[in-house]
Amino acid sequence: MATDPMRIRAQAQGSNAIVRVLMMHEMETGQRRDAAGKTIPAWHISDVTAQHNGKTVLTAHWGPAVSKNPFLQFTVKGAKAGDKVVVTWKDNRGESRTDEAVVA
Amino acid sequence: MTARRLAAALLMCGVAFAAQAQPSTADGIARYREMLADGNPADLFEAKGEALWKQKRGPKGATLEQCDLGKGPGIVKGAFVELPRWFADTQRVQDLESRLLTCMETLQGLDAKAIAETPFGRGEQANMEALAAYVSAASRGMKMNLPQAHAKEREMFEVGKRVFFFRGGPYDFSCASCHGEAGKRIRLQDLPDLTKNPGDGVGFAAWPAYRVSSGELWSMQRRLYDCYRQQRFPAPGFASDATIALGVYMGVNAKGAESIAPSIKR
Repeated sequence: MATDPMRIRAQAQGSNAIVRVLMMHEMETGQRRDAAGKTIPAWHISDVTAQHNGKTVLTAHWGPAVSKNPFLQFTVKGAKAGDKVVVTWKDNRGESRTDEAVVA
Repeated sequence: MTARRLAAALLMCGVAFAAQAQPSTADGIARYREMLADGNPADLFEAKGEALWKQKRGPKGATLEQCDLGKGPGIVKGAFVELPRWFADTQRVQDLESRLLTCMETLQGLDAKAIAETPFGRGEQANMEALAAYVSAASRGMKMNLPQAHAKEREMFEVGKRVFFFRGGPYDFSCASCHGEAGKRIRLQDLPDLTKNPGDGVGFAAWPAYRVSSGELWSMQRRLYDCYRQQRFPAPGFASDATIALGVYMGVNAKGAESIAPSIKR
């Protein structure tokens, strides 16, 4: 299944940059049942990494408690306009998606 | 005596302070929306819709870029705040979703009837929601300005008004039961008075919207479908004339209201 693109906005603020990321993902918890009473298998983002000019600045392990279509915001110290921010997520089905943005 | 009066005064101060520090539920919800607005997932649907708009799809392998939403083929900006309106080619007053159906059928060769019968959120209906987000976002910040020049548009307004006030179902409800006067609410949500302009970004000018509780993007068609479900009415058909007439009635009433669609809801 094709993944949908992330929406990444990176804004320079002083000597830092604020990065806002929206990801499109079902984030199924594995706790719900369908109409037939069968458990809907868990399907969620398990790992998130962010890179600033090639250097990893954030790693996160996510679980089923994170909402559908999650929003993530973080600050990158020392990032300035023109720098590249790359965000990658991987889910528990092994699918992944990488998108990038330039700090404005 | 003096000490007692002082104590009473202090106590009253405390009460007044507590009353001030406790914001009303509506304020709380407004604050919640404000916090979420920065990361409104409707942006994701908007981006998906834009990609779909420019993607060659369907048996005819065409994009929707030649779709006429009322301002000429391919013009998206400003189209949303003038819908529903009369279209000469289909000889119908159409809202955003029914017009998109027409374009998907005539330009791309998709089966409009099959799409209308698909449950919300599945297959082409999921694409329809993304397209509605994209088209409405292109008019964000513009004022609702539905045309009423054509006789059919005025007729649809009158029909919509009657549908709005039509009482029925096991609860003997009408749209007006909840949306006919100001200051009403369902649970903790304030309900807009849709018989007049309820203000910028309220009511008709707030949909399509992302529903946080269900994680879905709802177009006006889905909003109306769910209103009728709550009233225990039979389901109105997707893009049916009754739902379009209601759109004309609400949209004309909301003339001058700023559109914030696609917005975010609890």
